Amino acid sequence: MNELQLKKTANEIRKGIVASVHSARAGHPGGSLSCTELLTYLYFEEMNVDPKNPKEIDRDRLVLSKGHAAPALYATLAEKGFFPKEDLLTLRKIGSHLQGHPDMKRTPGVDMSTGSLGQGVSAAVGMAVAAKMQKRDYRVYTLLGDGEIQEGQVWEAAMFAGARKLDNLVVIVDNNGLQIDGNVADVCSPYPIDAKFAAFNFHVINIDGHDFNQIAAAFEEAKTVKGMPTAIIAKTIKGKDVSFMENNAGWHGKATNNEEFAVAMEDLEKVGAALCQK
Amino acid sequence: MSEVKRIATRVSYGKTLAELGRENDRIVALDADLAGSTNSGVFGKEFPERFINCGIAEANMASISAGLAASGMIPFMSSFAMFATGRNYEQIRNSIGYPRLNVKICASHAGVSVGEDGATHQCCEDLALMRSIPGMVVMCPSDDIETKACVRAAAEYKGPVYIRLGRLAVPVINDHPDYKFEWGKGMTLREGNDVAIIATGLCVESSQTAAEMLAADGINARVINIHTIKPIDEDIIVKAAKECGKIVTVEEHSVIGGLGSAVCDVVCEKCPAVVKKIGVQDVYGYSGPALDLLAAFKLDGPGVYEQIKEFLK
Repeated sequence: MNELQLKKTANEIRKGIVASVHSARAGHPGGSLSCTELLTYLYFEEMNVDPKNPKEIDRDRLVLSKGHAAPALYATLAEKGFFPKEDLLTLRKIGSHLQGHPDMKRTPGVDMSTGSLGQGVSAAVGMAVAAKMQKRDYRVYTLLGDGEIQEGQVWEAAMFAGARKLDNLVVIVDNNGLQIDGNVADVCSPYPIDAKFAAFNFHVINIDGHDFNQIAAAFEEAKTVKGMPTAIIAKTIKGKDVSFMENNAGWHGKATNNEEFAVAMEDLEKVGAALCQK
Repeated sequence: MSEVKRIATRVSYGKTLAELGRENDRIVALDADLAGSTNSGVFGKEFPERFINCGIAEANMASISAGLAASGMIPFMSSFAMFATGRNYEQIRNSIGYPRLNVKICASHAGVSVGEDGATHQCCEDLALMRSIPGMVVMCPSDDIETKACVRAAAEYKGPVYIRLGRLAVPVINDHPDYKFEWGKGMTLREGNDVAIIATGLCVESSQTAAEMLAADGINARVINIHTIKPIDEDIIVKAAKECGKIVTVEEHSVIGGLGSAVCDVVCEKCPAVVKKIGVQDVYGYSGPALDLLAAFKLDGPGVYEQIKEFLK
């Protein structure tokens, strides 16, 4: 896909996020909208995955360690064809395969059940170790929140990945700067994030997490790094492209009412329309 | 009486794990800097490429195990019971139990028989924690022979399993031709209808001793060994409740949530009977030599005997 196609795809995925969370009347739109370009690039450019064969043994894996961004993962998987897009409107409803947080046993394309912060990154490390043991070439990607890295287990995993030189592992931090109780810097600052991962023997790349050129360059660079894992610190905007959600911690875990939903969809339609002008 | 062989179940675990390693190259062992104590190091020595020492980071070890299992490996993760299940409860619940991943949690140093290290290392709550996780199989072998059988059964089973192991060398009690390990099945070791003693782990041996002492008083106690606490053998318990009327459970674990509670769960629904729970009575342990501690907690043969006599008064 070229950059414009990727942008259009991300815009569609954002619509899926907003619609599914609205339909569920609960969920986490803010941190889903912040990591949309990252997931779009991973599933449409970077990762070797086949929607028709989601359990293919040599596939690349993604562990959504920030499991509350499930609406973003679901909308991405649906856009990629792992399941029908209509399913998105069943999010969080009884009987739906789309649980509030990702469930690998229910949803095609979900590689690990997550939701309890800090654990997914360790599971990704386990998958990367398994690839090395089995001499398989697949790569493992894991997406963390910047609030999530306050969990001590993240640094246990980082120490291990660095010590074990897991160059088939890419850790991505969605640095949208906000968590439930406010600014990450105020609640319990994780900064400097890049220096911390560097100290744990990661190759570190800082990017704008909404810029597809920078995202592409970062993932390409990661593939050239041998003997150490890569951490991509992606600066992002929480609630990206929905006017009233942008940079607002209040939209971490809240669904829209009908009026807000209409405005949100209108915002996204405008972004989409602008892309069609190009 | 001839000298009884004594082997710690953690030692039996290490040997069996190494055997399994030779038979199946998908088996991986993980430890958190206690490989010498848990005996996972026996596997590590033979299969360094399939041994992962996570350092002192048990939470990471549990979730790494989940990732390995999700990628087709069969991880056996070990630490002391306190850390393997206590520190890791939520990792096990959410990353292993919920996705039903094929991880085997084999924890040594359970119970007060840890000895000198004292309360911080004497986990008497692990069975309660692991029983509470949906789908988790919970095993507590009584000796060398049974540990080997449990570890092998766990390797064959597809899904999460917890195996409780001990530090103390315990007598080999199942070294006879009649011994037959059956997944999820209890074993009647001694017939009797005056009272049923249902025991697990190293308390099986002390219960047998207690039963002999009771026999000298004219009390015929049935002794049942339960190695699989979840799923528990309901039939053998209901039968005991019907035929003996009174049940005593014996475990080196808190009386809250362990074997005693599991037996009560069955009895109160299927065949009400009085149950006396012998175990650690909602208290912490303390430092001391293991055998002295078992005596102090009245979990040795004479201690169990004394408590049953009091109960039957």
